[in-house]
Amino acid sequence: MRQGRGGRLALGIVTLLILLFIYVPIALIFVYSFNAGDTPAWPPTGATLRWWGVAIQNTALQQAFLTSLAAALGATAIALVLGTLAAIGVSRYEFFGRESISFIAVLPIALPGIVTGMALSTTFAQIDLPLGFMAIVVGHATFCIVIVYNNAIARLRRVSHSIEEASADLGADTWTTFRYITFPAIRSAMLAGALLAFALSFDEVIVTIFMAGGVKTLPIWIFQSFRLNNQVPLVNVAGVVAILLSVVPVYIATRISSSAVGART
Amino acid sequence: MRGAKRLAALFAIALVATGCSGIGASPAPSMITSVGDGEGKLSVLAWPGYVEDGTTSPDVDWVTPFETETGCQVTVQTFGTSDEAFTLFQTNPEQYDVISASGDASLRLVAGGFVQPVNVDIVPSYAEIFPDLKDKDYNTVDGVHYGIPHGRGANILMWRTDEVTTPPTKWAEIFDPASPYAGKFSVYDAPIYIADAAVVLMASRPELNIKNPYSLDDTQFQAAVDLLKAQKPAVGEYWGDYTKQISSFQNGNTVIGTTWQVIANVLQSSDPPTPVEVVKPEEGSTGWSDTWMVNSKTKNINCAYKFLNHITSAPVNIQIAEYFGEAPGNSKSCALATNPDHCTIFHAEDTAYWTDVWYWTTPVADCLDGRTDVKCKDFAAWVEAWTQIKAA
Amino acid sequence: MPRMTLNTGDRSTSVPSSSRRLATWLYARPRTRLSALLAGPTGWLVIVYLGSLAFLFLNAFFTRDAFSGATIYQPTAANFVRLLSDPYPGITLRTVLMAAAVTLSCAALALPIAYFMARVIPARFRSAMVVAVIVPLWASYLIKVYSWRIILAEEGILNELLRPIGLRGPGFGDVAVWLVFTYLWLPYMILPVYAGLERIPDSLLEASADLGGRSWVTFRRVVLPLVLPALVAGSIFTFSLTLGDYIAPAQVSTTIFIGNAIYSNFGAGNLPLAAALSIVPLAIVLLYLLVARRLGAFEAL
Repeated sequence: MRQGRGGRLALGIVTLLILLFIYVPIALIFVYSFNAGDTPAWPPTGATLRWWGVAIQNTALQQAFLTSLAAALGATAIALVLGTLAAIGVSRYEFFGRESISFIAVLPIALPGIVTGMALSTTFAQIDLPLGFMAIVVGHATFCIVIVYNNAIARLRRVSHSIEEASADLGADTWTTFRYITFPAIRSAMLAGALLAFALSFDEVIVTIFMAGGVKTLPIWIFQSFRLNNQVPLVNVAGVVAILLSVVPVYIATRISSSAVGART
Repeated sequence: MRGAKRLAALFAIALVATGCSGIGASPAPSMITSVGDGEGKLSVLAWPGYVEDGTTSPDVDWVTPFETETGCQVTVQTFGTSDEAFTLFQTNPEQYDVISASGDASLRLVAGGFVQPVNVDIVPSYAEIFPDLKDKDYNTVDGVHYGIPHGRGANILMWRTDEVTTPPTKWAEIFDPASPYAGKFSVYDAPIYIADAAVVLMASRPELNIKNPYSLDDTQFQAAVDLLKAQKPAVGEYWGDYTKQISSFQNGNTVIGTTWQVIANVLQSSDPPTPVEVVKPEEGSTGWSDTWMVNSKTKNINCAYKFLNHITSAPVNIQIAEYFGEAPGNSKSCALATNPDHCTIFHAEDTAYWTDVWYWTTPVADCLDGRTDVKCKDFAAWVEAWTQIKAA
Repeated sequence: MPRMTLNTGDRSTSVPSSSRRLATWLYARPRTRLSALLAGPTGWLVIVYLGSLAFLFLNAFFTRDAFSGATIYQPTAANFVRLLSDPYPGITLRTVLMAAAVTLSCAALALPIAYFMARVIPARFRSAMVVAVIVPLWASYLIKVYSWRIILAEEGILNELLRPIGLRGPGFGDVAVWLVFTYLWLPYMILPVYAGLERIPDSLLEASADLGGRSWVTFRRVVLPLVLPALVAGSIFTFSLTLGDYIAPAQVSTTIFIGNAIYSNFGAGNLPLAAALSIVPLAIVLLYLLVARRLGAFEAL
């Protein structure tokens, strides 16, 4: 559709303003990570690399970072397997209760984190399962399943059955068909889902607080650091690092998922 | 000792109730008779500022010497309110070996079976503790000691000297919705704060006849709740984390409110500093008196006892008292203060001062002021009311 | 083109491999195949998730001794009666209104930027724009909230910027909460709307223009209905994330929302009441999901 130049300009300006809105608070985090003073008062008092130095040496921060990484990897792996299996099941078969699966899968992410967190942690306590790293992974996996599931099933709906049937007609067994036909077709959707699930798990706070039982993921470290006066400036450094680290994977994920989007005609 | 008898009865009832629950309740183990070798680690749940190990500021550290001497590696977790501490203990019954509990948490911990009796005979520092901190209702039940007293302090009024033109002298000033600083009050975020409103009423409405701010019958309680509901629109922030109050004062969101001395100290020593002053208002104050208690399920009992002895010993106790801004519990510590006036300023040896400081205590239905003709509001009612006040 | 080489070498041996035997066995039993596929995910979701939800709500029927923290295992509806009395209905209404307001403002902001990304800028810049929108999601939620605390503070940036023109920022309060929530969840709305707008075929829009529809009319009658499922999909996030959040409101206001009430009761150790209170957002979200599904949002997620 062709808009007039005026329309495009107006949209462009609005977009710019919105991008500004999105990035000013982020920019602030950058600025304060170099703030010479140790208070969050405005304006910042001067520039220094001091906090970066302290942050690099802070073992608790490094440990929290690694813990978050490990938990996100675990949760994403589980979500990948379960989400893809469910997507294949729902898209390729007709059965009673098919719609409900999509509905139930969305629940962990739609219901408030506090409810999920309270439910899981209380159940764990009652059946004597320990809180901690595995509990965090379980909690995260639960709401990451739907992300992989949605991406996979959206793609599966676009990939026709007939290719898989042809493969079976030609004598390929289930595993071969999956390996050579289905998997390559949904691979990029799975990857996009996995990256999004990873991001969600990495930054999750509320469910994690309930399941952590003393284990410190990065968000928990940040949460606790805000309550300790001396750690507050370090948090800004942690935030900047997380943002910088995310740019490349996000870019890759975007390219992968967009390359598979159908053309507009 | 009548208070203790009543509490013992409550304790017994609670024990029976907890016997059916299964989580977190177990009969208190028998006390050890001598302190053996350390187990190598210790997990401490403490008020911020009590257990400093050099991470806040390199020269504020009384934990590393302990670790070197005993081999017990200490991990610290801080909390903002007594309720938070209690819930942490309740949901993680085996996580923390030692806790610094104020009077409004200590009895609940005992009643819930979360802490064990402490054999004060094998804690040498105990002998040096001020006599009027020993054998109190909140740390001794039926003659059994449940911890070592730490020290005491008052909640005080703080204001920004560059924003508040006339220095305040009464709590009533932050309960006045017509104040010029309305909208910028900073108020403690816990149900126990209702007692602060009661303290104001003790002076401003003597006809209510409030004798103890934790002992409120229906009329008195309603008056306190009404006062707090009237205050709410003028409150800029309810703080449960002391850092929240610090950043609010630094940013100018709040300019006057209830605080702890340590917060004022941090504000004055930050870079850039925030100009604040403090005062203990005319009506008196709520306050706290803390006890170091030991988890009934601890696996590090020897480290726990060593820690208790260390943290309440004279040289360490005075360091904490000066850092946090409170009166030390160890009577021999005043002589060791860096600031020779510290104990005078904080009235460590002045019993008269503490007569109008009301230590945090858990309210119970049997009135704490001794009345038997009425029932007082219990803790559940306080919690309920606090939700209503904040949601107004 | 996926590889189609099959190992015909297998056929020359007389005994098929065990994996092929299993595949053949499965091929003849589609229902077993289905069960094998779904056992893991449904098992997890139903047993782990729904099971623990059910267990939580079981707790809502008990009460708690406030003093010792012990649960009193006597079934009672007391907590549910509490839900209906002051101040909980007010808190619920306030929360729903805030969630609705946030959804509307997110939608209002997402549409222009998503439209710009999907249809105005050339295709080669689109990935970069998507990255630009997604990257802030990686800045920790907590840090973003604290950043807004600094921005909105009394002596903060916003007031400093507005002072020369005689205005003041909203400071802390409900407006601040609305601003912060809109900010936090905006990317969750932009992404599905962008995907939805991208899918609209050019030909439809050209046809509308050919039929004489000007930009605004085309937008209202062609684009908007087509992008509605995506909007609703995005709104699932904005609505439900706002509904249960307790951290952001506590940082930029003194207002109590349903998440704060649940958390403070849990924090006070009163799990039964917190569990009963949780039913409120649960019911609201379930209702919202049912409506959303009817509007086709699930295909647009």
